[in-house]
Formats: sequence, C-alpha cells, structure tokens
Amino acid sequence: MATNQAARPARPGLTEPLVVRRALTTLALSFLFVFLFVPFVFIFVEALRNGWQAYVGAVREPEALSAIGLTLLVAALTVPANAVFGIAAAWAITRFDFRGKRLLTTLIDLPFAVSPVVAGLIFVQLFGRQGWFGPWLLERDIRVIFAVPGIVLATVFVSFPFVARELIAVMEASGREEEEAASLLGANGWQMFRRVTLPNVKWALISGVILCTARAMGEFGAVSVVSGRIRGETTTVPIHVEILYNEYAFQASFAVASLLAVVAVVTLVLQTVVEQRQRRVLDAANPVAADTSAS
Amino acid sequence: MAFTVIYLLAIVLVPLLTLPVKSFSEGWSVFWDTIRDPRVIASYRLTLGASFVAACINGVLGIVVAWVLVRYDFPGRRIVDAMIDLPFALPTAVAGITLTSLYAPNGWFGQFLAPLGIQGVFSPLGITIALIFIGLPFVVRTLQPVIADLDVELEEVATSLGANRAQVVFRVILPYLYPAWLIGFGMAFARAIGEYGSVVFIAGNMPMKTEIASLLIITKLTQYDYAGAAAIAFVLLLLSFSLLLILNALQGWSTKRLGY
Repeated sequence: MATNQAARPARPGLTEPLVVRRALTTLALSFLFVFLFVPFVFIFVEALRNGWQAYVGAVREPEALSAIGLTLLVAALTVPANAVFGIAAAWAITRFDFRGKRLLTTLIDLPFAVSPVVAGLIFVQLFGRQGWFGPWLLERDIRVIFAVPGIVLATVFVSFPFVARELIAVMEASGREEEEAASLLGANGWQMFRRVTLPNVKWALISGVILCTARAMGEFGAVSVVSGRIRGETTTVPIHVEILYNEYAFQASFAVASLLAVVAVVTLVLQTVVEQRQRRVLDAANPVAADTSAS
Repeated sequence: MAFTVIYLLAIVLVPLLTLPVKSFSEGWSVFWDTIRDPRVIASYRLTLGASFVAACINGVLGIVVAWVLVRYDFPGRRIVDAMIDLPFALPTAVAGITLTSLYAPNGWFGQFLAPLGIQGVFSPLGITIALIFIGLPFVVRTLQPVIADLDVELEEVATSLGANRAQVVFRVILPYLYPAWLIGFGMAFARAIGEYGSVVFIAGNMPMKTEIASLLIITKLTQYDYAGAAAIAFVLLLLSFSLLLILNALQGWSTKRLGY
C-alpha cells in the first residue's frame, strides 16, 4: 500500500508556491505528530516510567506470561487456517469463472465490515449456554465460549480476509497465461501451483500472513466478548492489558502493551520490506502491469 | 472451490445468520422495543455522529497527508509514510489506553485542554479523537496510489490553457480524486461505526451520553439479554453492510468512469 517511489521533482508552474508547500507539509506532519507519533512514544514512556526493573517485572509476571502464551497459541492456530483458506479462495476467484463470484468476493470482505463486538457475539449465540449448539456442548462438557476454542474462532473470523485479499489482488494482476503455459507443457495441478503460481504470489502471501498474524495477536473487541476473562486461562495479551488498566496498574498495563506495540512496528517494517520485494517481482514479470500496480 | 465455500459458510455465514434469528426470537415487538429504547437510540446517534465527524476530519487531513507524502520531498518522508499504517497494526486496546492517558486532565495533551474547559476524555470529543486515530490510514492509503498515477499531462494542459495553480488543484485534480476519496471516507466511516477497543476506554460509557452502540451490545450480553444484544448488533450490522454495498457500487462506478 505504501508508495515509496521518489517524490516527483517540482516543476515550475506544476506545483504549489513554496509557501503553500511549506504550510501543507507542516499541517500534515503536525497532524501525524499529534495523532501517531506522540501516542506511540507515550506507550514506551509510560511502560518505562518506573524503570527497567518494573518493566521486566510486569512482563514476566505469571499472568502476563500465560497471556503471551495464549496469544501465541491463538495466532499459531489461526494464521495457518486462514492462510490455507486464503490460497483456496484466491485460486477459486481468480482462476475460475462461476456465477456469484462477485458475491463471494464481497463475502470474503465481510468480516472487515462487521464490528468486532458483533463478531464475538455471533459465536456466543452459536456456542454459548443459550446458543444453538449450547445444550449439545453442555451435555458433552465441551466449553467453547469463555474458553480457548471460542477465542480461536472469534480470531479466525476477524483475521480471515487478509491473506485472501492480498492474494486476489496479485493473482488478478499476474493473469493466467503462465499457468496455462505450464499446464500445456504437461504440469499437473500441484506442479503448476508449486512451480508457477507460488513463486509469483510468494510476497503477497507473506504480506497477508504478516497482517493476519498482527491482527490475530492484537484482536481485542471480538475476543473480549468470548474470553470471559478467566485469569491465567482465557486472557490474551490485549485482554491482560485491559484488566491491568482497569485496576489502575497503569505502568504494568503499558509495559505489556509495549510488547504489542513492538509487534506492530515489526509488522510495519516487514510490510515495507515485503512490498518492495513484491514490486520487484511484479516489475520483472510484467513491466506494463507493474507500472500501474506499483503503488 | 468447495473448500472455500464450506469454510466461508462455517466461519462467516452461519454465525452471522444467528443475528437475525436471535433478534426476532422473542418476536417483532421485543425487537422493535429494544431498538426504540431511548438509550439505544442515543447510542446509535452518538456512534454515527462521532464516526461521521471523525471521517470528515480524516477526509480533509487525509487529502493533505496523501498529497504531501506523494508530491513533496522532506527528510524522513519514507519513515512517515510507513508510520501511516500504525493504527492498522496497533491493537485497538493499546490505542485506547494510550489515548485515554494522553487526553486525561493530567495527561500530556489533557493538561492543556482542561484549563480551557475542554474535556478530552469521557466525552464525545474523546470518542471522536479515538475514531480519528483508527480511521486515519484509510483516506491516505486510498488516495496515495491515485495521486501517484495522476497524469502530469493533465496538469500541464490546464496550466498551458491559462489556469493558475489553484484552479488546476480545485477544478482538475480534486474532482479526479473524488471517487477514490469517497471510498476512503466510506471505509473510515464504516470502520468507526463498529469500533470498540480504542473507544471503550476514552468514552467513559455513561448511558445516554457517551455510550457507543458496540458497548451497549456488551452491556446487554453481561445482563444475559441475548435477544436485545442481537437486535442492537443486527441494526449495527445492517448499517455497516449497507455502507459496504454503497462502497462496492461506488468502486464499480469509478472503475467505469475513470478506468482505475
């Protein structure tokens, strides 16, 4: 998404007067400074307010550690599931023509349009005590809501479009020709996918996986509905941050939050790197298409 | 193909179907009464109002940010550019506690607002601030590629025909950006309507005053009023779904009209 190509050299008459340029730049940067930069720095200032010892203490507290463990577990289950789905969906949408294709594309984006709270709520209605499958689950003593399976389901729902979206965009741009050629040359479906499709979409897939992972680790709204906040059992890192904050343990809360902030920065850096790589692949594969899709 | 559809059905469609079913499980009148409850209406009004204001502010400043990032050069431009996605990457709960602490009366920003009698937290203003934060990337990111692809010849022609720079900007460039801008605006708006994590800390959650719709859903849930929660959620879903449909239509329309 980021456009990293060099800014166009200003040509006389084709750009704004210097005063206007300065004013607009100042306005834009002040806005970003107040709304992005200061909040970001603030997280770390607050986290380290009582020194390094307190910071490490808050992060290594047993409840914090179990929250970190749960968040990693949820991501480890969610991301592969959504990656496999993303590949299948992108393949179906870009390589076959069928009725209802537009509908399918819209449905894939649906979780983005649904409030996270609603995402949590629908799983409560399915698997909660009074839900559709509630009595059945109760009889068998299986807990979904206020337990780990519910958290995983809610997370799968909210982080579900990322891989599919990234792949659909790139696979549409790269076209079917290369695969058709491979198929004509006698490749079977798997060979075609592994040798032709995958190298073309590799960076888009990685990019989707990065975004999906970030969302899976950071999801709050949906998880807070299904979590039940059983300490040490169903608290993910964002929920743990909330609990600490509501108990006025601000420094500890920001210390744990800073872990998520670090994940966010790593995500942004990886995204930038991956986008550059992806552009290079596209440039090499298709100079004309790369020209229009570069940004 | 079959796998795609089944996965989609299992994870998205069937769970979503529970909403209308549950909303009406106790009959039309219960649904209707829930929706018409003054507290619920106040929460919808607040959610839509704050989301709209936040989307407008992001709409105006988003154009400026996108323009500056694509057209002008300044030190640190690429880092600033990468930072735009921070609200996407930062978990909403983290954004929520950070903004609340910043705008609280003794916070970095709040200490300047308090003497002026402005309440930065536990007020509609605070909600709007949080929604500006989470909606910030949408307009910028939809406009950037369009501005980068803008045909310089268009500007050259207008200039050589005697238009001054302001005329070129307001009569050539901005109309051209309009469809993409609208999509970015709509996305920021839709996102804000459903937002929970970043708002819940800063809102203060006073019924009738600073209680947003998604919070009211959770309140109903904790009171075991499942039908009520589903009814509020169903309306919320209809709102964001119609926005999504409008967006899709707009996208199709702009593709036809402008070819991108």
